Amino acid sequence: MNLEDLQKKLLAAARSNPPEDRVPYAFEKRILSRLSSQPAADSSALWARALWRAAVPCVAVTLLLTALSFTMASTETTTVTTVTSEADISQQFELALLAPANQLEEIQ
Amino acid sequence: MERTEAELIAAAVKGDTASFEPLIQKYSPRVFATARRYARLEREVEDIVQEIWIKAFQKLESFRGDAPFEHWLMRMAVRTCYDFLRAHQRNRESAFTEISEPEDDWLERFAAAPESVSAQADAAKQLVGRILEEMSPAGRLIITLLEIEDRSVKEISKLTGWSVPLVKVRAFRARAEMRKILARLTKDKYL
Repeated sequence: MNLEDLQKKLLAAARSNPPEDRVPYAFEKRILSRLSSQPAADSSALWARALWRAAVPCVAVTLLLTALSFTMASTETTTVTTVTSEADISQQFELALLAPANQLEEIQ
Repeated sequence: MERTEAELIAAAVKGDTASFEPLIQKYSPRVFATARRYARLEREVEDIVQEIWIKAFQKLESFRGDAPFEHWLMRMAVRTCYDFLRAHQRNRESAFTEISEPEDDWLERFAAAPESVSAQADAAKQLVGRILEEMSPAGRLIITLLEIEDRSVKEISKLTGWSVPLVKVRAFRARAEMRKILARLTKDKYL
């Protein structure tokens, strides 16, 4: 069987049989009742929804920044403490190193 | 005095649903005919048409008026029908379980003498409907628009929102898909 011919014949059959354009009784009324029963767009509700959605990332950013500021503060404190203790050690080292010289000075 | 289409659309955009009624009355036959190409059950057809009109009302603001309202509406209709086909893709009958006796007779007569059988026969119409139902949504849409409704590739591109090369590629694939289905249908008996 020639499939191409069969395809052409069947497509010709489809072309010769256009679908009906009949509209059910009072169909437009049904559409209008559906349209009027749909809730109208409430702008305040839209704003509220948008603001609620925006609140989530805002809270997340706030928490992140808070955590970051705490981390930075603790890092700074550690640095200051380290610097202080480092200064003490160097002073002690200097004193220990120069102790004999200091003693000599005191004796003289 | 009767209001023009532009006036009716402008009023409907402002929320006057009553102004939308004459538009529904005027274009519903065309929309129903389009929907009936893609859905078999009348309940499905009505659902599709209802969805088209509700979408049209909701998106009426996007109608700029530089092209006829009918073109804008038909684009929406074709796209809604395509969405319907895609949504019901899994519900398609998976195989030609049984072709009816008249369809079988028609095929037998075609195999014996292709020129003698009529394309007007009911069996041929049922058979083509069955084959279209077997096709993929894109394939069915393209075959319907290109081969059955005789539309140009450019027109189909506008209706579907697909690019011209994509329409051509899909048309090529759709014809091949249809031949494959026909081969499956006829292989046992006639090949």
